[in-house]
Amino acid sequence: MNTILECNNLYKSFGNTNALNGLNLKLNRGRIVGLLGPNGSGKTTLIKLANGLLTPTKGEILIDGKKPGIETKKIISYLPEKTYLNEWMKVHQIIEFFSDFYENFKPEKAYDMLKKLNINAKDRLKSMSKGTKEKVQLILVMSREADLYLLDEPIGGVDPAARDYILTTILNNYSENATVVISTHLISDIEKILDDVVFIKEGDVVLTSTVDDIRDKHGKSVDGLFREVFKC
Amino acid sequence: MAWDLKPDRPIYTQLIEKIQLKIFSGEYPLGSNLPSVRDLASEASVNPNTMQRALAKLEEDGLVVTHRTKGRTITEDADMVKQAKNKLAQIHIFEFLEKMQLMGFSKDEVLVLISEMLKEMKK
Repeated sequence: MNTILECNNLYKSFGNTNALNGLNLKLNRGRIVGLLGPNGSGKTTLIKLANGLLTPTKGEILIDGKKPGIETKKIISYLPEKTYLNEWMKVHQIIEFFSDFYENFKPEKAYDMLKKLNINAKDRLKSMSKGTKEKVQLILVMSREADLYLLDEPIGGVDPAARDYILTTILNNYSENATVVISTHLISDIEKILDDVVFIKEGDVVLTSTVDDIRDKHGKSVDGLFREVFKC
Repeated sequence: MAWDLKPDRPIYTQLIEKIQLKIFSGEYPLGSNLPSVRDLASEASVNPNTMQRALAKLEEDGLVVTHRTKGRTITEDADMVKQAKNKLAQIHIFEFLEKMQLMGFSKDEVLVLISEMLKEMKK
């Protein structure tokens, strides 16, 4: 089975607003996918539905052919847009916590990446800058050997140099059979590492393509095309 | 250090050009082993599938050879590399000549300019 994530006629409403409007999407294994859309287009809602943090109003979402639940959480590694870790914890305590929680978490991988970024495992989260915290979270998420990584705005709060490191971290740590979904609007920073892009607008997919097809067809970068499609 | 890639052209064609240059300049000597797809992709900070695609094209052209046991190497065929190098040079010179024509230079004037500049550079 090659499909890792599938949405069929997916709706999600909050009161009178439709966050997702009958969205259809199919993502295959072994790809790095950029989920791109302006603010309020439904990116985070889609990711939360995939994680089972929200339930669909109508339609279905399937992970590896299954509805979100215990089994799918085992194979999804999720980076939320907001931090949920306890501020008082030290990094090595969080690593132990993750080891207990997830069978596929590899502590040695986490320690290795921390070392490369000069982050001390004995430091408390509370004492860290916003950017360092984000790095720690990403390290935790990428230290799992998951089938599907869902990264909601992974590079929003870090400086450009650290961004490059984070992107390389993502490149070096996903297995060939896994799919990485990166939701962001910082497109020019990430488009080199993407296989496919999915543009979403007002809760529906408006374009799916490979990065090189966009450059071939339109003679401009994904970032350039995005600015055109979503022109205000 | 990530490779410098332009935003308006497909990434894989630019990767092909970069690797060709590395072969022509001797940074990747004839017959030497090429790093793995993953390592190359990481070095260039690009997607491994894109790098794979670029290498497949280079293999099709014969500049890169895949062996069953020792991975990918640069071709040992010096003539082929020379041909490819000349072809690339011709493309660049053609573009240059077109530009000079647009500026209104005649062929002879272009030649004079070039030989003068070459003399300057020797000093």
